[in-house]
Amino acid sequence: MARITAGVASSHVPLLGVASDFGKDQDDYFRPIFAGYEWTREWEKAEKPDVIILVYNDHASAFDMKVIPTFAIGCADRYGICDEGWGPRPVPEVEGHADLAWHIAQSLILDEFDMTIINEMDVDHGLTVPLSMMFGKPEKWPCKVVPLAVNVVTYPPPSGNRCWALGEAIKRAVESFPEDLNVQIWGTGGMSHQLQGPRAGLINKEWDNMFLDGLIGDTDKLRYIPHVEYLRETGSEGIEMVMWLIMRGALGKRTRALHRHYHVPCSNTAIGHLVLRPDNGEGYDMAGDMPDSVAAE
Amino acid sequence: MSQDTSGGKVQDIHEYLAEFDDIPGTRVFIAKRARQGYHMNQFAMSLMKAENRERFKADERAYLDEWPMTEEQKQAILDRDYNRALDLGGNVYFLSKLFSTDGISFAEAVSTMTDMNFEDYTKMMVAGGRSPEGARSLKANAAQGGDTDKGGR
Repeated sequence: MARITAGVASSHVPLLGVASDFGKDQDDYFRPIFAGYEWTREWEKAEKPDVIILVYNDHASAFDMKVIPTFAIGCADRYGICDEGWGPRPVPEVEGHADLAWHIAQSLILDEFDMTIINEMDVDHGLTVPLSMMFGKPEKWPCKVVPLAVNVVTYPPPSGNRCWALGEAIKRAVESFPEDLNVQIWGTGGMSHQLQGPRAGLINKEWDNMFLDGLIGDTDKLRYIPHVEYLRETGSEGIEMVMWLIMRGALGKRTRALHRHYHVPCSNTAIGHLVLRPDNGEGYDMAGDMPDSVAAE
Repeated sequence: MSQDTSGGKVQDIHEYLAEFDDIPGTRVFIAKRARQGYHMNQFAMSLMKAENRERFKADERAYLDEWPMTEEQKQAILDRDYNRALDLGGNVYFLSKLFSTDGISFAEAVSTMTDMNFEDYTKMMVAGGRSPEGARSLKANAAQGGDTDKGGR
């Protein structure tokens, strides 16, 4: 059967894509950000996931104001790279896993999560920046991707609790797929940032780190945080962190942290990154976990 | 962190929406704004196409007149007054298509909405960003009798 062997959380700031595409990732400004992903790049080479369920939000790229799906799942064989106003990023196109995606879509709907199904879509920085951070600049992405787009732009976005429950349902769906697949789920966006109004630039390191702590172990307190708390504490765009709860919900009752990274700033944003292993007796240490050498920074 | 016992479910939509107005210096993109700004945001979205960017740059006013936007909305766009555009229903991810049409970075465009110039805004970010202290709640600020609108509108 297919199984979810790890969860990865990461910010998806577009400037990181620019830094990667134009070879600026070792500049003074970007080096400390990218350094925090080196551990994960090595780990991913050992883990060799077959498929990533990549939870992200579209930023007025594939979706405009005409149609606003709360939860949308990509069921296509491939996804083009979006032109976000300065030409498409020079990264490989994204290969889907239509069999798994359709299986998840059907399972979720039967499990009473009324998903929107997407058969044609270009993907924007929300999806491609995490791929660049975790895999660098390969000629072809090393695994297939099931995009899962969440509306966090037009209010109300889904509640944290609903996101967590969707993650739980995704875990059930993946585990009922007959083919042996090593599946990871990634939650992207965040952490603190506000891109609008006189309060722009807000960063809350203390709250962000409370949130990172809350994803580890067997607590589920994060699922009950109301929207207004994300906005007050982490800025208006900090609401993207509800997407991390889909990832967390899909890892079962208990998790163990393999790697953690936090850095301020990247452009307007606090960068957060966490690698989690489900820790419910599954024994998913196929590659053997490396010691978390970067966690102390 | 505020816990509630309702399983996280919102009990009162009016209270849910009203709380957003208490956040200083922030326009939350609620349905009211999404409806008000629909055509302005769709105008901005149209700038994702190179030929539309060319036509807009050649005659901004004429291009805007093709859209059923209010005069105030058109003026906010012509003035690049992004706080005004937000007040009139704009959303920053849509307006960002205009940032890239103008060839300025997201961060620089964002800085124009604050009381800082881009250089000072960049310094603030590198120093750790804007503190949430005193920027969480207009009511809390007023109750403390201090600055009621730090980072405020």
